Amino acid sequence: MYATRYSKPKNIEEAVSALHAAEDGKLLAGGMTLIPTLKQRLAAPDCLIDLSTIGLSGISGAGISGAGISGAGDGLIIGAMTTHAEVERSAHVQKQLPALSVLAGGIGDRQVRNCGTIGGSIANNDPAACYPAALLALAAQITTNKRTLAADDYFTGMFETALAEDEIITEIKFPKTHKASYAKFGNPASRYAMVGVFIAKTDAGGLRVAITGAGQDGVFRHNGLEAALAQSFDVAAIDATEIEDSELMSDIHASADYRAHLIKEMSKRALQAIG
Amino acid sequence: MAQLSIIVNGQRHVNEIADNILLVDYIRETLALTGTHIGCDTSQCGACVVHVNGISVKSCTMLAAQADGAEVTTIEGISDGENLHPMQEAFHEQHGLQCGFCTPGMVMSAIELVEKNKDLSEQDIREGLEGNICRCTGYHNIVKAVQTAASKMQR
Repeated sequence: MYATRYSKPKNIEEAVSALHAAEDGKLLAGGMTLIPTLKQRLAAPDCLIDLSTIGLSGISGAGISGAGISGAGDGLIIGAMTTHAEVERSAHVQKQLPALSVLAGGIGDRQVRNCGTIGGSIANNDPAACYPAALLALAAQITTNKRTLAADDYFTGMFETALAEDEIITEIKFPKTHKASYAKFGNPASRYAMVGVFIAKTDAGGLRVAITGAGQDGVFRHNGLEAALAQSFDVAAIDATEIEDSELMSDIHASADYRAHLIKEMSKRALQAIG
Repeated sequence: MAQLSIIVNGQRHVNEIADNILLVDYIRETLALTGTHIGCDTSQCGACVVHVNGISVKSCTMLAAQADGAEVTTIEGISDGENLHPMQEAFHEQHGLQCGFCTPGMVMSAIELVEKNKDLSEQDIREGLEGNICRCTGYHNIVKAVQTAASKMQR
């Protein structure tokens, strides 16, 4: 790892000041992607700004009703620094949005889930990460220190988001959800999604099908599957839908054609498990 | 450089550390606790697992500075010196190791898994140890060891 400076701000304002003061500062959330990247010398930030003590994590998060995860009326609010393990085990999440608990429990391995955070995951927007599919399918809202963004406007491409350089995610709001289910075909080595499909029905977003792991530009909604399931919410509708592979990823793990096949299969699994 | 104040295996240490030193390197090089291993350097193998404030983490994927103020337990800290921890004893009884390189991480991960989960099935144990790779592929006996330890620890 190249030499760098580590800072641990006490609040958002200090974190933003540290970012402004640095030439190429990086925000450190759970570190599950950033630290391996630094170890490989693929990045050389002059300053690492640790967000673990600015009140966005665990069950003592400020600005999120005194809890990292709180049931907000008909929806769910999760602090940005809440770990995957916390989301997996949260009674609130298991009751109101069990599909999200399942999703969080399938990320990486136990040690990754103990450190990795929802905010870090969506800030990185890895094209094979699980959370982006959930946020897009559930029409979630991303609140930062500057504004609130709809998931539709937030994910802008592979590893790209609408976040400004000095913008910090504070919490994620999930609307009231009627049905939700996630099915993933994980890479056998990394557990990243080769294809992950999140199907959801919410008041805010209606019926949506979001796909991760497969798109050349990262997470996307599948119009064909949404239209088919709007007509007839069953496996036959998925079977009858053609999955175009021309804009899907092809890499050492899977061809675009194979990913198209997985989209159909994972959609069926998600639908069969839907509650 | 920053000042680090950390409790490792019940003992407080205060050291000047470089901002970019990893927790595993601090544990091995500064504290000379070499039971915690580095097996891959790509955050995949889990040989470096320690407990930080009671949760299992890969110490090669955390800066020492992030653990400032924390309580850390390494493989050296789980027995009382005379008697092995039930998990260590079970690995011994069930021959849950071949070359032994992955064992410290396996034991630390398995302890947290058993402490936090009741009635673990064989599948739960295999999934719970996903972050730990045994290059000798000695998984069957490792799973048996964890089952044995779980029955003792949760009695």
